[in-house]
Amino acid sequence: MRIPCPHCGLRGHEEFAYLGDATLRRPDPAAPDAERAFAEYAYRRDNPAGRHRELWYHAQGCGTWLVVERDTLTHEIGRVTEAREQGGS
Amino acid sequence: MRYSIFSVLRQALAGNRGWAPAWREPEPKRHYDVVIVGGGGHGLATAYYLARVHGVRNVAVLEKNYVGSGNVGRNTTIIRSNYLLPGNIPFYEWSLKLWEGLEQELNYNAMVSQRGVLNLFHTEAQRDLFVRRGNSMRMHGVDAELLDVAGVRRIAPFLDFDNARFPIRGGLLQARGGTVRHDAVAWGYARAADRLGVDVIQQCEVTGIRVEAGAAVGLETTRGYIGAGRIGLACAGNSSRVAALAGLRLPIESHVLQAFVSEGLKPVIPGVITFGAGHFYVSQSDKGGLVFGGDIDGYNSYAQRGNLPTVEDVCEGGMALMPFLGRVRLLRSWGGIMDMSMDGSPIIDRTPVGRLYLNAGWCYGGFKATPASGWCFAHLLARDEPHAVARAYRLDRFAEGRLVDEKGQGPFPNRH
Ligand SMILES: Cc1cc2nc3c(=O)[nH]c(=O)nc-3n(C[C@H](O)[C@H](O)[C@H](O)COP(=O)(O)OP(=O)(O)OC[C@H]3O[C@@H](n4cnc5c(N)ncnc54)[C@H](O)[C@@H]3O)c2cc1C
Ligand SMILES: [Zn+2]
Repeated sequence: MRIPCPHCGLRGHEEFAYLGDATLRRPDPAAPDAERAFAEYAYRRDNPAGRHRELWYHAQGCGTWLVVERDTLTHEIGRVTEAREQGGS
Repeated sequence: MRYSIFSVLRQALAGNRGWAPAWREPEPKRHYDVVIVGGGGHGLATAYYLARVHGVRNVAVLEKNYVGSGNVGRNTTIIRSNYLLPGNIPFYEWSLKLWEGLEQELNYNAMVSQRGVLNLFHTEAQRDLFVRRGNSMRMHGVDAELLDVAGVRRIAPFLDFDNARFPIRGGLLQARGGTVRHDAVAWGYARAADRLGVDVIQQCEVTGIRVEAGAAVGLETTRGYIGAGRIGLACAGNSSRVAALAGLRLPIESHVLQAFVSEGLKPVIPGVITFGAGHFYVSQSDKGGLVFGGDIDGYNSYAQRGNLPTVEDVCEGGMALMPFLGRVRLLRSWGGIMDMSMDGSPIIDRTPVGRLYLNAGWCYGGFKATPASGWCFAHLLARDEPHAVARAYRLDRFAEGRLVDEKGQGPFPNRH
């Protein structure tokens, strides 16, 4: 698997650290159901078979957090963007 | 047909023409008291103990592929009960006890071989950690022995003891640990369950779970609708997908783990040996091949194959431990998809959907758990209450903060 880093070009995935699902959004800690929402956020995952948006950190390269679209059935890599462009956390 | 020395002799004299199939190929009935989804080791063991221990015999096991096609036929066959946490030790020790009597129980040669599991340590700090684990095991009545360098040398003189970076300082030995012929476990349970009346139905994929008034009542399958009094999911690796059919979202990510086997060698490795400064474990099969593995690849995957950087990492671990490996040729490698749970421990529990039960999250250590997992899941399905040794494996433990995190890694599935 090779990931096209917007800064460094096509690099082997072993240069990157993986953090998983990029679609999770940190819940509002002041919301009335915050406790339940944080348990969901910390522990539950969609874990899809197919297209997955996920976070990779170019640890042995430019040090950028990336959002990579990848197919979990084929390992095919699609669009790669910088995580900061998507905003939120 | 009962297997014995006499049946082998009789068949040998008759040209081996009289062997009957090990189990039937039944058509699915319209309704069962219990339906198990997933014909891997855990699903088949569950069905067997439901029939044998609880007298529930109107049971079907639905397998989308063929028996043994999943992780039960892909793992590196290691069994052990050398755990640290009180939530884990009694469960895995019960499993090891069941392994010890399994072949007589099933009338099937599963090649259970208690050749010992030796975990090596390489620093003083790691030694302390292993002492703690060994003491924890012994307090639960489990065998554990701390070996110094001379003790390790007696068992495995070929290791690279004075490696400059990772010198071997000793090891923690569980002599009762070992290996089991993995697919024979699936075949043995399938045959034994079948003999008690369980329908083992292959090529039958579950595509939907019918829920009425908050309770599961049956399954849509590629071979039609099958009604069920209770449904147990045991779909290792695919648990999230199958549970999603009933609207559940699990604390699980699916990951790929690779395994490797070398060309056959004369006997060289006496038991199971694990490297403590990286992730590498190895044993030698009775055919002579070195069977080994290491870390998971580390990203979500349903592909049943991994990537080359992990192959390199595993082989580096092996070379650091036993440099003679460099002369050995690799014969085959493959991958399996596992449920990596958020704390590295399994789930055997009810679900928020009535009459739907879950057995999942076995990570890369669920083969050794097969007998106890089946035993406890059968208990839960038959009595609707958790078995005493599986009490910690609740689905709601994540929200409740009662994690069973053996390695202390936090909610990062690829680090367990
Ligand atoms: C490479 C590798 C090495 C391992 N090494 C070890 C080891 O040394 N020691 C150890 O203890 N553990 C090990 N494990 C882990 C162990 O193999 C698993 O935890 C365990 O086998 C999982 O339980 P199972 O046998 O029931 O799984 P499986 O055999 O995977 O059974 C699940 C079954 O569910 C079926 N299924 C899925 N979806 C559906 C559906 N919709 N309808 C019908 N059926 C469905 C699948 O086809 C599959 O047959 C290893 C795993 C791998 C991949
Ligand atoms: Zn980069």
